[in-house]
Amino acid sequence: MIERTFTLTNPTGLHARPASLFVQTVQRFPGTDVFVRKGEKEINARSLLQVLALGAGAGSAITVKCSGPQEADVLTALGALIEGNFGE
Amino acid sequence: MSKGRFKGICGAPGVAMGRAFIYRLSELNTVVRSAGSPEAELNRYRAAVERAEAELDQLLARADKEGAEILTAHRLMLGDPDLYAMVEGAIAEGHGAEEALEGAVDQFAAMLEAVEDEYLRERAADVRDVGRRLMAALTGAKIGLTLTYPCVVVARDLAPTDTIGVDRRYLLGIVTEQGGPTSHTCIVARSWGIPAVVAAAGILEAATDGATVALDGTAGEVIFAPSPAEASAFEDRVRAAAEQALRDRAEAGEPAVTPDGHRIELAGNAGSPADVVAAVERGAEGIGLLRSEFLFMGRDAAPSEDEQYRAYSEALKAAHGHRVIIRTLDVGGDKDIPYLALPKEENPFLGVRALRLCVRRPALFQSQLRALLRAGVHGKLAIMFPMVAGLEDLRQARAALAEAEASLAAEGVAYASSYEMGIMIEIPSAALVAGHLAREADFFSIGTNDLTQYTLAMDRGNPELTGSYQPHHPAVLRLIDLIVQAAHGAGKWVGVCGEMAGQPAGALLLLGLGIDELSMAGPSVPAIRRLVRATALAEAKAVAGRALACGTPAEVLHLVAPLLTIAM
Repeated sequence: MIERTFTLTNPTGLHARPASLFVQTVQRFPGTDVFVRKGEKEINARSLLQVLALGAGAGSAITVKCSGPQEADVLTALGALIEGNFGE
Repeated sequence: MSKGRFKGICGAPGVAMGRAFIYRLSELNTVVRSAGSPEAELNRYRAAVERAEAELDQLLARADKEGAEILTAHRLMLGDPDLYAMVEGAIAEGHGAEEALEGAVDQFAAMLEAVEDEYLRERAADVRDVGRRLMAALTGAKIGLTLTYPCVVVARDLAPTDTIGVDRRYLLGIVTEQGGPTSHTCIVARSWGIPAVVAAAGILEAATDGATVALDGTAGEVIFAPSPAEASAFEDRVRAAAEQALRDRAEAGEPAVTPDGHRIELAGNAGSPADVVAAVERGAEGIGLLRSEFLFMGRDAAPSEDEQYRAYSEALKAAHGHRVIIRTLDVGGDKDIPYLALPKEENPFLGVRALRLCVRRPALFQSQLRALLRAGVHGKLAIMFPMVAGLEDLRQARAALAEAEASLAAEGVAYASSYEMGIMIEIPSAALVAGHLAREADFFSIGTNDLTQYTLAMDRGNPELTGSYQPHHPAVLRLIDLIVQAAHGAGKWVGVCGEMAGQPAGALLLLGLGIDELSMAGPSVPAIRRLVRATALAEAKAVAGRALACGTPAEVLHLVAPLLTIAM
């Protein structure tokens, strides 16, 4: 299991479009479990509804936890997405 | 009751008349039926998900960029593993597929509604929208607006699912019972240029399928079964609007250049993102004044930073790379906003209004400045401060802006790295110290309405005085001349955003005084463009020079009149 904490620096945070991109990226790696934690809340990153309900706006810190055969690849892909400000 | 007049609010400007098409499929209706075996119910649910996915894929194939983003999110919601698990659990407990779906949708919608972020809270509507599509797939109904003849759509409210597949050629207008100026209905109506009235209470009960309905989106008015006189008046307006739109569109691409080669920028004044779209369509080269009050009026609490961010972003995107000057909150005194609890003042126009109010309410001011800076990544942003009397006001405003930038930088949130910061010149003292102001601002925009009012000490709303309230008064022209000299002396540009800019006599004088940008109500742009294209700068300058030496407004008008008859 590996994890990393990110700060959302895009203008909207995990709003509909960025959250969709986030979930689509996770879904590219079917064999790996991915969870997102914000404060007390930890949710399944494959569920767009849960990611939206996390309420992670601009400037929020989120921790991404991955475990499975491709855990390093998932974390790299998600890191690139977040640090690239979701292309915004 | 099948005829009558209804009042709603403006969803999108314009007039339309046609047969009413009543769209009733705009709610999630759970069909109550006895449940089959859990396996059978789960199979029905899986089949419904597949059908709904196929529908969305079809829509995705022909959606525009914005539609595709919404549909992609809906597609992910349809296949959401947690939604599926919840439905599966309820079915295993013996519930029917419809009931299980309704329970799961309610639960997720409630979860989203509990989120602090206002935008994310609104996503609850998307979950319900997806639920509605699944419910329709379960019961064999087909969702979405299918129009087969030109009509005015009457509905409770419209969601993305309803409008995405619609044939726009047949959509003459939209009237909804619910929704506000930022609802989905308004956003699509504006972007498609279709007149719309929203929040028109009682219209669904009054409407009859196929009956004639007329609407005036600008005035927010709906008439069912208009009388022959009303109908023919509407027909004339629809035809005139179509003809004017054709003429304006033909000329919209022509630059505002005088016959002797001087170019002046023509911009639009806007009271909402919808006006930005309309002004740009008429050929405005940007927005010279976007009043931010639209976000703050007619509600119970101030808009959040995120709501403001979205509205400013919408306006900046709608301008397609042209500059949008957004004026910070200009209320207080005469423009009351109940939730701000402003004290009553003896002389509201001379009291704590606009910038004076904002610097006294740092939380309110910072949320607006932060939202503006964040939205600035989506276009060419200029921020403008109203009610600057002198250098101290300008410096206070700059300090507040620096504070907003610093807080965004500290949080690592993206914001505009380059933008312009300007001030309104509408107080005579500011005009007289304009040389100092020009060194510390990027641009000026002269608010001729208030400048005239403050210079002549005359309330422009007082009916006894309207005849004497004249922006082309030589005293006002001399102040404008001072402002232009000061700005140009410091290498800065200066615009005018008062009504004077959209009136032929005023525009001609301003052209001659050396103004760089004229900003006016969108509908005035085509006429002023024709005027500029017909008037040599040398002539306008000569007239303006002589006007500065006049003793009365009547003498000024007398000088200008001959040029106007030639030009128009």
